[in-house]
Amino acid sequence: MADLTTLPDGDLARDLKRAERRRRLTAMMLVAPLFLFLLVSFVLPIGDMLRRSVIDTEVAEVWPNAAAAAAAWDRKSEPGEALFAALGRDIRTSAGERTIATPARRLNYALDNGRSLVLGTGRALKQLEGEPASWRATLLAENPAWGERMTWIALADAAGPLTDFYLLTATDLMRDANDDIVSRPPERSLYLQVLGRTFLVSFTVTVLCVLLGFPVAYLVSNAPERVANLLLILVLLPFWTSLLVRSAAWIVLLQDQGIVNDILQALHVTSEPIRLIFNRTGVVVAMTHVLLPFVIMPMIATMKSIPPTYLRAAISLGAHPAVAFVRVYLPQTVPGVAAGALLVFIMALGYYVTPALVGGADDQMLAYFIAFFTTSSANWGLAAALGVILLSATMLLYVVYARIVGMGRVKLG
Amino acid sequence: MREAPTDSPVSSGGPECIVRFDKVDKSYDGRLLVVQGLDLDILRGEFLTLLGPSGSGKTTTLMMLAGFEAPTRGSILLEGADITRTPPHRRGLGMVFQNYALFPHMTVAENLAFPLEVRRVGRAETEAAVARALDMVRLTGYGERRPIQLSGGQQQRVALARALVFEPKLVLMDEPLGALDKQLREHMQYEIKHIHERLGVTVVYVTHDQGEALTMSDRVAVFNDGRIQQIDAPRTIYEHPDTAFVAQFIGENNRIEGKVAMISEGLAEVVLADGARVVAEAGPGLETGADALVSLRPERIAVGEAAGSARNRHEGTISEVIYHGDHLRLRIAALGRDDFVVKAPVVGAEHLRPGATVPLGWRPNDGRALPLDG
Ligand SMILES: Nc1ncnc2c1ncn2[C@@H]1O[C@H](COP(=O)(O)OP(=O)(O)O)[C@@H](O)[C@H]1O
Ligand SMILES: [Mg+2]
Repeated sequence: MADLTTLPDGDLARDLKRAERRRRLTAMMLVAPLFLFLLVSFVLPIGDMLRRSVIDTEVAEVWPNAAAAAAAWDRKSEPGEALFAALGRDIRTSAGERTIATPARRLNYALDNGRSLVLGTGRALKQLEGEPASWRATLLAENPAWGERMTWIALADAAGPLTDFYLLTATDLMRDANDDIVSRPPERSLYLQVLGRTFLVSFTVTVLCVLLGFPVAYLVSNAPERVANLLLILVLLPFWTSLLVRSAAWIVLLQDQGIVNDILQALHVTSEPIRLIFNRTGVVVAMTHVLLPFVIMPMIATMKSIPPTYLRAAISLGAHPAVAFVRVYLPQTVPGVAAGALLVFIMALGYYVTPALVGGADDQMLAYFIAFFTTSSANWGLAAALGVILLSATMLLYVVYARIVGMGRVKLG
Repeated sequence: MREAPTDSPVSSGGPECIVRFDKVDKSYDGRLLVVQGLDLDILRGEFLTLLGPSGSGKTTTLMMLAGFEAPTRGSILLEGADITRTPPHRRGLGMVFQNYALFPHMTVAENLAFPLEVRRVGRAETEAAVARALDMVRLTGYGERRPIQLSGGQQQRVALARALVFEPKLVLMDEPLGALDKQLREHMQYEIKHIHERLGVTVVYVTHDQGEALTMSDRVAVFNDGRIQQIDAPRTIYEHPDTAFVAQFIGENNRIEGKVAMISEGLAEVVLADGARVVAEAGPGLETGADALVSLRPERIAVGEAAGSARNRHEGTISEVIYHGDHLRLRIAALGRDDFVVKAPVVGAEHLRPGATVPLGWRPNDGRALPLDG
């Protein structure tokens, strides 16, 4: 055996470092798969979403000259003949190459009749032979909308490569003819209201989940083991069927000729069916049902860690059992309740299937619109911007929540 | 209706009885009695320890007194009033739990104020009482800390202060020192004892540690299988056990089994299987001709010359000598047993070596002849 105390210091330090490095490498290799997975499935998509919400190159790709000219325009002076010429030539070319649909779609986001304006002009210019004397006159003759400043501001906005158009739209803002940021007129506003609705529904569902889940968690954590296991299975039962089936089941239960309405009428509580589904009630009921286990599980974990002697101690000190419960037991459940509430709230914010199935038109949440813009209308920019707004609002709320509850106290398991 | 107790709960002359268990039975499952036929008088101001092996019903007894368990039969009186059906929060008893049960979300001061707040004691009065209680357990200045910021011993002292701050007539403690290490436990034993002496409060203390019971108590009630085997002062319990169980459970003990040949003047002569005779103090219930057990403390046996001309005198062969610093521990083959244990002083023990045959002697009063159990 080497005598450790006589080893030169340098050797000891080097050996220690080598041993440490090996341990670190092993640890890194163990987390590497998950790290890569998270990178690919989480960090990259979010990064891409952030990028797409401010990138706007669709118009510039099809109409390079018009986009460059519009970007150079000062947005205040009347657009000159050069600008009209660049646009006219690009429209004619794109109409010939059948690529005009992309800029038409993009301008339609900003202009009420943007699509017909572009496509109509495209059809007309395709017939045009040679260079007209005045592109300006030609375009104006085709559609007087080309004389409006709003049209050109929309084009300049769409010229890219960066834009605030999507983020402004997602917050119900827009640029007016003077290029100032103003609120959208009420009939063209939607997303702030949807955002508010998303938070309101999520909040309502969270409160209901906590209120309904707390007694269940208390029961499970204080029951004898065998009973507790049975109750736990019942709590987790919803997970055994798909979300779609569970949501659809509520339609069966809550519809006008459904079981609930039948019972209410049989008991003469109501004389005719009350509307329980395809409205806010249906959404809240179904989402509460689906999310309940997520609030119950962390509460059970916390409650199980509270020894019954605390309550006994409080009672032995003279507190009425109810007082003991409120003053001694309840505060100790805060970490679990806070964790469960946070979990449910954040999951509810992103809910899509359930409101889509059991909600009415006025009950759709932000996720519905994000899905709509990605799958149906291919408006990636707006979908990404809505995602960014939802993410920022959620993070803001999380910070406030962390301040109030103290994140160190939140306990998920 | 049950009959009223025949004798009054307040005995004339002697110390007043504060709690009376009257023929109390307790069963959790309807089949097994974990406490049976418990008759127990607790005297005002005394330090009473319930001692017994795990599962002997000590905690159950304490919980019935605290009100967290209901007696299956019988009744419990507090200062002459029947409290069998009184809910625990109206009994006004202080209680210290094994794991302290300090409320983790409250500071030390808030913990101490809790019993006063629920009693709607005024603010100024509460603050003064909390300060006094902290001072009593020598934790002045720790009021603003949280329980987890305190050491085990400090937490224990806070739990003690909290059980005393509202000046209860009676304080119940269930193995309060069980979670502490040996040194701290001994220290806390003295501290609790001193607080008891200073305040004069009645303490009912549960432990399975016989050393703790002997050092702290005015009286010890030894529990086994839900029954009190003996209730007496520590010294009586140790030196004059009433049953074989008590002799066995408390302190070290040599068992010598035989038949009672005769009993006279409180002394019993017991004949062993090999014909040897041992004279010892006769315990209660001992009858001539019955099987008996002579219990003999290791430190009461004299070895070698010290054995002198004691009335009980036998020979034994030393098989092992273990040095314990302040005494020697000898394992000796004697009286038909090979595990006879003797504690001998270190001084003048040069001749006590393994293999040596030595005389053993003890006085009749140092041994106790008891009816053989089981
Ligand atoms: N709440 C309970 N339910 C059922 N059995 C219990 C309960 N508490 C204690 N027991 C049983 O009663 C017996 C006595 O327990 P206990 O009073 O705790 O003994 P000790 O405190 O002397 O160790 C044990 O056999 C124990 O298993
Ligand atoms: Mg116990």
